[in-house]
Amino acid sequence: MNAAPIAKTGAPLLQVKGLKKHFAMAKPFLNRLLEGGEQQTVKAVDGLDLEIPRGQTLSLVGESGCGKSTVARLIMGLSNPSGGSILFDGADISRAPAGQPADIRRRMQMIFQDPYASLNPRWRVADIIAEPLRTYGMCASRQEERREVDRLLEFVGLNAKDGDKFPHEFSGGQRQRISIARAISTKPEFLVCDEPTSALDVSVQAQILNLMRAMQRELGLTYLFISHDLAVVNFMSDWIGVMYLGRLVEVSPAAELFANPQHPYTRLLLDTIPDLGMSKRDRQPAAGEVPNPINPPPGCHFHPRCVLANERCRSEAPVLRMYDGGVRASCHAVEEGRGVEPIMAQASAAHPLQAAV
Amino acid sequence: MALLEVENLKVEFPTRKGVLTAVDNVSFNVEQGEILGVVGESGAGKSMTGAAVIGLLEPPGRIGGGQIRLDGKRIDNLSPDEMRKIRGRHIGAIFQDPLTSLNPLFTVGEQLVETIRTHLPMSAAEAKKRAIGWLAEVGIPAPDRRFDQYPHQFSGGMRQRVVIALALCAEPRLIIADEPTTALDVSVQAQIIALLKRVCRERNAAAILVTHDMGVIAETADRVAVMYAGRLAEIGPVAHVLQKPSHPYTAGLMGSIPRVGPRPERLIQIEGSMPRLTDIPSGCAFNPRCPKVFAECHRVRPELRQLADGAAACLLYEGVTP
Amino acid sequence: MSDTSFTGRLRSFADSDLFYSFRRSRTTVIAAVALALLFFGAIFAPVIAPFDPFDIAHLNLLDSELPPAWMEGSNPAYILGTDTQARDVLSSILYGLRISLFVGFASVILAAVLGVFLGLVGGFVGGIVDAVIMRVADVLLSFPAILVALLINGVMRGILPANQHESAAILVLVLAIGLTNWVQYARTVRGSTLVERQREYVQAARTIGVGRLRIMLTHILPNVLGPVLVIATINLGMAVLTEATLSFLGVGMPATQPSLGTLIRVGNEYLFSGIWWVVIFPSATLAVLVLAVNLIGDWLRDALNPKLR
Repeated sequence: MNAAPIAKTGAPLLQVKGLKKHFAMAKPFLNRLLEGGEQQTVKAVDGLDLEIPRGQTLSLVGESGCGKSTVARLIMGLSNPSGGSILFDGADISRAPAGQPADIRRRMQMIFQDPYASLNPRWRVADIIAEPLRTYGMCASRQEERREVDRLLEFVGLNAKDGDKFPHEFSGGQRQRISIARAISTKPEFLVCDEPTSALDVSVQAQILNLMRAMQRELGLTYLFISHDLAVVNFMSDWIGVMYLGRLVEVSPAAELFANPQHPYTRLLLDTIPDLGMSKRDRQPAAGEVPNPINPPPGCHFHPRCVLANERCRSEAPVLRMYDGGVRASCHAVEEGRGVEPIMAQASAAHPLQAAV
Repeated sequence: MALLEVENLKVEFPTRKGVLTAVDNVSFNVEQGEILGVVGESGAGKSMTGAAVIGLLEPPGRIGGGQIRLDGKRIDNLSPDEMRKIRGRHIGAIFQDPLTSLNPLFTVGEQLVETIRTHLPMSAAEAKKRAIGWLAEVGIPAPDRRFDQYPHQFSGGMRQRVVIALALCAEPRLIIADEPTTALDVSVQAQIIALLKRVCRERNAAAILVTHDMGVIAETADRVAVMYAGRLAEIGPVAHVLQKPSHPYTAGLMGSIPRVGPRPERLIQIEGSMPRLTDIPSGCAFNPRCPKVFAECHRVRPELRQLADGAAACLLYEGVTP
Repeated sequence: MSDTSFTGRLRSFADSDLFYSFRRSRTTVIAAVALALLFFGAIFAPVIAPFDPFDIAHLNLLDSELPPAWMEGSNPAYILGTDTQARDVLSSILYGLRISLFVGFASVILAAVLGVFLGLVGGFVGGIVDAVIMRVADVLLSFPAILVALLINGVMRGILPANQHESAAILVLVLAIGLTNWVQYARTVRGSTLVERQREYVQAARTIGVGRLRIMLTHILPNVLGPVLVIATINLGMAVLTEATLSFLGVGMPATQPSLGTLIRVGNEYLFSGIWWVVIFPSATLAVLVLAVNLIGDWLRDALNPKLR
């Protein structure tokens, strides 16, 4: 099921084409006047294509500054794209601000990263969860609203009595449950989850991830899941997209990505996953850091850190190409079949994926 | 004799509603050249334990009991001045955010030279040579040029390398690293872990590595101490604790970590969350969340009991029948 | 935990960190007691004042310039003595306190409401609106407050017909002081608004489709009001002083309706003719009032600042 090509599962619920977000790094007016010089731009998202089939999860992974959170904000309308289109169930919402049009936006909600910042500290929990219901006029009376809030609280594993409390009376995990209750109150079909567990402890993370999986089964939700943690992504996803400096370098069915990573950056990321089964393993971690996004390397952004880089990689930006098993990767080396085999062998030797559990 | 002995350490916070105990009766040793991981979730008291050892508890926190001995000499009752001499020379510190350990007004080189000359008898020229050597040692390219740069000119990963150089340059025998990789990107995390391991091994320095990340522990530590609600739940060799955990909390914790490989339908989860310091349950602190809880757990507080491999504080090992 | 009844709220306040830090600061408690006494005196002046200083019918010029009760030649009925018009000093102070406090409170409320509104709008809307508001604020800040208040005062007196000057004096003072002091509120609130509107709970409200005005009023406003309370408290002392200064300069409250500042101005003329009590007692009252308010303001600032706790 994981490896099913997108075409077979019908029209995707979310479709993103050539999505771009460029931020102008404006210097203060006086400096611009006196020093001149051109405007610098950061290409936070630079031509992104993806589809998410109904009822499935696509995860975006990457290190800080890769643009994954910007993608979430663009899709939710919290930020205006500089180019490209976003189609939700066929409707173009690329230029629509957050919350509009109401009939579409009601069907897509978001769960935020920081459970300490995403709930208004001065509101009672019942009011926080009821806010979407009120905004979309989904409950006829206060009694009905309260019943619905109680139901939602219990659905996410809290107590109906908790509605009278304030957010500060809850732990991080409980707050994230409140956040989830708010997100599903409008009966959405699509949830954008921006690092929903990265601020939580592992034992609590497991609770939230289990809840999200259960919700997906019971409510038939479609997720865009954003994370920097590949193990978390493995648990959550049907599809995984790897981002590097604003571009997708690989999009594959989840199992395929772990078993058969194509792009050198994907392999690098996989190699950073600590192996809990084997203690004190010595390894040679890949060198280098993510470069400054204001001035990314030309050609393929990854070439300065890539062992396979050649002249073409330094000058020509690769595009996403389709390979067997629904795998898409943007890499000249993969396309040319250059040096893939030895690296693959090495990667699988250093990473007995199946044995790790 | 172990390099560091911590015996019945208690860290307290006086508040107006009574004295809260953040670290409760914790004992462990660190041997020469050994890396001890201290792992736990937020509120477990792991950072507080590390801070108590280097004498950097934030007031009003204070050591409320027990002893900390370095080379057999007590260091928990030293004056702030005496403790300052121990820090740097005998115990180095690495924190989560490299910017808190670096002074933005001085170049990296000046800070290294100052630390070296404070603790080691050396001329300025010798110290500079040594400092550049350290920058090279921690993997900073073009160290003689970087020597004259300020912290803000370094990337996050490079800054943490500088902090490691700074912690090690006076050649302490013990390093306390509190979440040294948490603020870094995953690909850089691996580099810093490898570096820390290498320099500790080469200098035969011991380290206490405080982290919430079991992955970091698995890759780095020789032994691991698992903390829960201010108490030691379990301590033992890494391979043993991670693969055959004795304490139900450790077992739950390990099960709740998502892994690569075939994905399960559900992760093992521990219900509830870590208690606040104001309402730690009586008996075993883990009893409300424990899948193996029995009546005695609500009454009797388990002591750390030596097992075949390591030690655990759980009534299951005290011959109490459920 | 979240008892909404009145006694429940009272109990949770008595149990709060704020009340605890209040109880532990002896200076603050003394200042609060002093302030409470002054408030009590001002509010109940018509009831507790021994005389009505504005009731000309009962003034007896034979009783003028009597010293305080403990001095020789005094009349025990006039505890703090009388002035040149035979008005009881204590009663004048109580009535003057009333006016000073009224002007202080009214101008602080005006400044706070105006400042919070402008700061909120500037911070939330941004762009040209923000730029205009903040440049006006900068201009106001670059002049001493008393100068701006004098200017506003002068303009309004110019607009109003002369025969209404006395009756409108209190209103003019409130406007002059209020319009001068909003800048601090606006800057603080704008700063907090810029921070709050980036926070995830505001983003969450946006994704839910809550309108901008609603977000501003129901989400951001309650979260930026904390510092406003501190500024308002400290500003109350400033406003009372500004009122006193304006009245002292003769552009504030008229002698027929004296505030503390007016009393000091009028009494000042007699300072060296031996009837010192006419000026010393109102001055001391003003000093105690402003000091008490400032001490409470300082405590509030520290108590609400999580960094200092």
